[in-house]
Amino acid sequence: MATETVNNAQSAQKEIPKPQTKVIWRTFWILLGITALEFVIAFTMAHGTLRVSIFVLMTLVKAFYIVAEFMHLKGEVKMLIWSILIPTIFVIWLVIALLMEGDSIFEMRFFNE
Amino acid sequence: MATVATQEISSKKLWGGGMEPMKASYGKLMMWFFLLSDAFTFSALLITYGLNRFGADAYDPKQHGAEFKMSTDYWPVPEHIFDAVPFFHGVSMPLVFVGIMTFILIMSSVTMVLAVEAGHRMDRNDVEKWMLWTILGGITFLGCQAWEWSHFIHGTDTPTISRVFVNGQWTTKEIFGANLIENQYGPPLFADLFFFITGFHGTHVFSGVLLNILIFYNTTMGVYERRGHYEMVEKVGLYWHFVDLVWVFVFTFFYLV
Repeated sequence: MATETVNNAQSAQKEIPKPQTKVIWRTFWILLGITALEFVIAFTMAHGTLRVSIFVLMTLVKAFYIVAEFMHLKGEVKMLIWSILIPTIFVIWLVIALLMEGDSIFEMRFFNE
Repeated sequence: MATVATQEISSKKLWGGGMEPMKASYGKLMMWFFLLSDAFTFSALLITYGLNRFGADAYDPKQHGAEFKMSTDYWPVPEHIFDAVPFFHGVSMPLVFVGIMTFILIMSSVTMVLAVEAGHRMDRNDVEKWMLWTILGGITFLGCQAWEWSHFIHGTDTPTISRVFVNGQWTTKEIFGANLIENQYGPPLFADLFFFITGFHGTHVFSGVLLNILIFYNTTMGVYERRGHYEMVEKVGLYWHFVDLVWVFVFTFFYLV
């Protein structure tokens, strides 16, 4: 990879290639569109489990585009992708564990008798 | 894979550095793993918010009145709390300001990728241009956050009446704004978590801006051009996108849900 970049440097002195920004702007419009949709839902839909699930789903889609396209994890070696993704299992575990804990705290505080 | 490597490369070279595990340089790999650990920290903070929210009484129109009123007794609905916009005093614009902040951060993430892309092409002028825009976006976001904190701390025009236990008896007290001990918008924990989560994120934005300024300076001095590659822009870019990523989650779980 090091030799490749040096070659790039030498050719760059002659002429600079044209920017390739199509994918970047496409990702931007997707992110902006989802955020706009989130606002529409926030003001039109009643509070409830369905609304929360939609928000969580949209957040995960946005996160996917940021990590895959902007941070370019998509273009990395498979092993690197997995070594970043698999440890997030612990986060999922913590979400389930602590939200259940919160639920039982609620039960104890308000339905004790 | 290891056997293939030892066949091709002498052991002196193998253990003396220069190898790139997972085809990513040392710096890039370590940035990824640092960000993973940082993601755990932010997850812990946001999940703590979830725990406390689940454990507290939440605002319920049937029980607390159809029109939302601030009270220290129940967890508030965020869109009724975050409805202030600079220069529009007293006008209720739910989530407008935080929407602007979200747009600024996404936009600065885009200019950062454009800087990275320009770096791949060894286009020094473009890297400088896009880094400047990224720095500007970061500083604007920090300014917005400073205003939001200031508004959150000073509070609304009308106070929230709270029941407090002083010297052995219950009395009422007017609360303006929020700090770590009392909070007019809801239970004290709501304000504590607001300060901790947005504060920790803001600290990341701040250090990100400093790193971006450093990268911009090095670019203008031609450090990366002499080095032959702009990988430093890419590594700091990873950090900057991560800050944007965290904001996506903070936005959902603090302001929307």
